[in-house]
Amino acid sequence: MTTEATSSPTPKTPLSAQEKKNAREDRGGVRGWYGRQSKPVRIVLGVVFAALAFLLPYVGEVPLIGPQIVTQGIDWPSALFNMSYYVLLALGLNVVVGFAGLLDLGYVGFFAVGAYTVALLASPDSVLRTEWGWLAAVPIGLTVAMISGLVLGYPTLRLRGDYLAIVTLGFAEIIRIVATSTETLRGDRGFSDIPHPPGEFSDGKPIFGVADAVPYYWLGLAVIILVIFGVRNLDNSRVGRSWLAIREDQEAAEIMGVRTIKYKLWAFAIGAFIGGLGGVMFAGQQGFMNSQTFILQFSILVLAGVVMGGSGNIAGAILGGALISYIPDRLRGIEDPIWGTDLFGFRFAIFGAVIIAIMIFRPQGLIPSRRRAMELKDREKEVAPIE
Amino acid sequence: MLLELKDVTLLYGRIQALHGISLAVGEGEIVALIGANGAGKSTTMRAISGLRPVAQGTIHFNGEDITKLRADLRVVRGVSQSPEGRGIFPGMSVRENLEMGAYTRRNRAEINEDLDRVFTLFPRLKEREKQVGGTMSGGEQQMLAVGRALMSRPKLLLLDEPSMGLAPMLIQQIFDIVVEINQQGTTVLLVEQNAQQALSRAHRAYVLETGEIVKSGTGAELLTDPSVKDAYLGVA
Repeated sequence: MTTEATSSPTPKTPLSAQEKKNAREDRGGVRGWYGRQSKPVRIVLGVVFAALAFLLPYVGEVPLIGPQIVTQGIDWPSALFNMSYYVLLALGLNVVVGFAGLLDLGYVGFFAVGAYTVALLASPDSVLRTEWGWLAAVPIGLTVAMISGLVLGYPTLRLRGDYLAIVTLGFAEIIRIVATSTETLRGDRGFSDIPHPPGEFSDGKPIFGVADAVPYYWLGLAVIILVIFGVRNLDNSRVGRSWLAIREDQEAAEIMGVRTIKYKLWAFAIGAFIGGLGGVMFAGQQGFMNSQTFILQFSILVLAGVVMGGSGNIAGAILGGALISYIPDRLRGIEDPIWGTDLFGFRFAIFGAVIIAIMIFRPQGLIPSRRRAMELKDREKEVAPIE
Repeated sequence: MLLELKDVTLLYGRIQALHGISLAVGEGEIVALIGANGAGKSTTMRAISGLRPVAQGTIHFNGEDITKLRADLRVVRGVSQSPEGRGIFPGMSVRENLEMGAYTRRNRAEINEDLDRVFTLFPRLKEREKQVGGTMSGGEQQMLAVGRALMSRPKLLLLDEPSMGLAPMLIQQIFDIVVEINQQGTTVLLVEQNAQQALSRAHRAYVLETGEIVKSGTGAELLTDPSVKDAYLGVA
């Protein structure tokens, strides 16, 4: 939540609380309406929204609309869990691409690092033979992912735009190829029996089993909510200001006294951390993974989600992340009217059409960041002067 | 001397943009750097603000060697640049742009004082306080860039082509403000193509040609110098 407006005469933040309040209330549409509500109302609305998200596994029970929403070819709670880690990845990539403006095409690399670390520490197939529990492996997985972000970032963040995109693309491919061809990482055979998250019901059955994906979805949702709060606070802080300045004009940021390399590294590390979070969740639910899980397509898909939803906007990233997972899953099990095959086979064609439509009619994304929309316009002017 | 460049050379890849430039700016002065397109004026500015590393030579600021100092720390030391052309943050409002200028500072009361000062210098910015930078006219953006550079309360203000693309009346106005800023105690190094205006306002000036300083003197001297007249002032 944004800090509440106070009457303090000397606000500490660069942007005073009153100004933030104004900025919040000046917005149009639903967000403007939300911003004009008093703080208690906003909290209640937020809680209601979160509660509805937690009840999503039961949406099928809602008459009329429910059956239209739930997936058919794949168990609905599993589809929801898939959405939850895609949303996590979109949130993380949004920090890198949306906030700091660094084009990262190899985001799946961090997802892989998180997942592989958990697999190495916890799976009985691992050469380490440590066989830790899932929870014990998580902090290590996240730390390693974050470090990998710093290691990749330090030498490469001097590059900009397209050059950075190519290097990050290379990074993700290196991770995948190393995973495919080194004995320790087991290539296609992969790791099986990665333990699930801990916890038991009172009757001794594990909460996180194989049959029911609902608890995983709830865990994912809880993690997402924490990440949203963390990312929001960062974006409203000095770090967020620095990212904004770097994104809008890196040289200008530098001559304002922003230590650009530091904040770019921060963005990379935080993005890698959240990507790793997606990876450890994935490993914990699937129980099995191999190098084919981490194909390049995955990075592109998440990036498409961020751009589609509205780069630079947290709500946009969530929506985009959810859509890239939901659309293909929803197509599963529907027969196409011409050949009678599963529509899932056409997912990329349909998906491509959806993306193209969004980019034509709403290039700033479904839930755009007002600022990003402005920057986009500014860049258009530079490319093709209208005056 | 507040700022001293000694034999500074700078490379863009294999192309040498500056061939051993030496210049000095004393405290309280307005010094102009004039020259044609591609003479190395902006490059000199970028070397001083730390955006480009220099290949050889030294830069001293306030008695300290800042040749290898990071750009962000030069701002803390008191060097502030208003970049060439549209160097403002397009998605930020006027107010946010100015706040960004005070990025290195913490004292809120002092920052507010400087905000008032900038708004007094540029009443237009006060009117447009909430407008998004990218939607303003070229002249307004230029004012914003100068105002923003002042927000770090610099000892030395680097102005890169403040008159570029402005209407004649606005040019006059912007130079008046530069003089006013200087009289309030800020040293100014000014890069200009508008040699007439720059020379008539500056205490001293340097003429730059293909990466070398070919002439220097007081503004008045250069204004009447026949070769400068021919090359930069036109016959009109």
